[in-house]
Amino acid sequence: MESLIHARGLVKRFEGFTAVDGIDVDVRRGEAFGFLGPNGAGKSSTMRMIGCVSPPTDGVLRILGLDPRRDGPKIRAKLGVCPQLDNLDIELSVRENLTTYARFFGIPRRVARQRADELLEFVQLTERADSKVEPLSGGMKRRLTIARALVNEPEIVLLDEPTTGLDPQARHLVWERLFRLKQQGVTLVLTTHYMDEAEQLCDRLVVMDGGRIVAEGSPRALIEQYSTREVVELRFAAESQEAYAEKLAGLGERLEVLPDRILLYVADGDKAAAEVQRRSLAPASVLVRRSSLEDVFLHLTGRTLVD
Amino acid sequence: MVTFLMPRFVPRLVSFEGMGRRSASVTERNIACLRSMYWVVMVSGFVEPVLYLFSIGVGVGALIGDLPLPGGRLVGYAEFVAPAMLASAAMTGALSETTFNFFGKMKFMRLYEGILATPVRPIEIALGELAWAMVRGVLYSAAFLGIMVAMDLTSAARALAMFPATVLIGFAFGALGMTVSTVIRSWQDFDLIVAGQFALLLFSGTFVPPTAYPAVVRWLIEVTPLYRSVDLVRALSLGPVGWTQALDVLYLLAVLVIGLTVAGRRMEKMLCK
Repeated sequence: MESLIHARGLVKRFEGFTAVDGIDVDVRRGEAFGFLGPNGAGKSSTMRMIGCVSPPTDGVLRILGLDPRRDGPKIRAKLGVCPQLDNLDIELSVRENLTTYARFFGIPRRVARQRADELLEFVQLTERADSKVEPLSGGMKRRLTIARALVNEPEIVLLDEPTTGLDPQARHLVWERLFRLKQQGVTLVLTTHYMDEAEQLCDRLVVMDGGRIVAEGSPRALIEQYSTREVVELRFAAESQEAYAEKLAGLGERLEVLPDRILLYVADGDKAAAEVQRRSLAPASVLVRRSSLEDVFLHLTGRTLVD
Repeated sequence: MVTFLMPRFVPRLVSFEGMGRRSASVTERNIACLRSMYWVVMVSGFVEPVLYLFSIGVGVGALIGDLPLPGGRLVGYAEFVAPAMLASAAMTGALSETTFNFFGKMKFMRLYEGILATPVRPIEIALGELAWAMVRGVLYSAAFLGIMVAMDLTSAARALAMFPATVLIGFAFGALGMTVSTVIRSWQDFDLIVAGQFALLLFSGTFVPPTAYPAVVRWLIEVTPLYRSVDLVRALSLGPVGWTQALDVLYLLAVLVIGLTVAGRRMEKMLCK
């Protein structure tokens, strides 16, 4: 399988600290690939290296078969980049943001205008074409940034936290547009710390923590490997959940005590819930749910705040 | 709908190919955001040297009378001051674009971050912005030359010779301004730039020939870029033109090349971490 992005032992060091600590990545054509991880895990640094705006400190990096150290402009010509913070041109109108950006790629004016109209349609901003950027909502700005990233018809689109800070409606619209891009065969590479986003969009993903890759696979495979099929969430009325933990011993593969509830990782949730009843522990509430990527994520990267 | 075109041919090794085109696209962006309000900014930069010319050149000049040039020829004070104001106009046009505006785009609008995600390289942004600063500088110079000819402060032929010199001055100051912009940390530092620019305007042989100062000060004055610029256009305006002016041209070319190289490198360091 052709590898569009190929990294081996990739390292990014800044003065005094290592942001990316030797990662191996392969992204294949047409797939949606995710970098998951808490803040400071090294996701954005990795994205900037792939975007050829940050030279790797060490290791091998090939994008579309080319070396970013040597062929930066040539690679960037085929990338679309949607950065974490919108950096739209506030002195230009919505449409001009696209046409002007197209010119940076050397796209002829006539083609640029035509493509801008198509893309505005695609991200549902046609009605705001002549508006300035400033009054747009966060979701509109993000959609415009995504449209801008598509203006050169890229082979790979890099999206750094594409829906962070957006309201639910805006997030779903962005997801839906990204999904359509994927259907058209565009390779998507995204970072996120939203588990639902990763589950929705990614064919394959890596979980990063402290600059390293701690797990890799499809969302399904990761859940199977690092979590159980189901999770039972038990809330006890007592002040301390701790006291109940030992009474639940042997009920699941793993048990996690949180300040307000206890999580039981089990293969069969209903069976475990019945067993809890049988031991007459009488929790205030019982919730049986499917295991999610969030469980994997928290298991792998811990619950401690990293910021 | 988004479809896929064949990727256009891009030269293999990093080369100068496409550099002009990519730099031009940066200039084009500035032209695209020319709005009615921007003309106010542009006009203000032109008015300043004209005011100096009338208030000091013509006004104070009436009290001073004629001045001897290095060649011995006597000229009216307004004739003496006008070329200096021309050089200063070229400087102002180039600096206002490459300091204040350039810094704002780099630090606050995060404009260049977006541009650098495209094939455009830092040095090409620098070139494109410089070219834009030139458009502005050239407009100031051309208008001012028109006034000089209309007031009979120089001949039309000499004005034509001065024009390319003002372009060179603009380029040199533009590159210099850009370098300064990559060094300064905050808006507060701009006060220093404004002060420096004002000191240059007052002491670069503009209103008073440098021979009026003690030798040490004179040396100091003669190495400033505005003095070299004034010397160049004044010689072209009033004569005689000699080897000193060749030195002026070389000096300004050196400022241009060094400034642009340093600015491009520093931009790369700041933006491509």
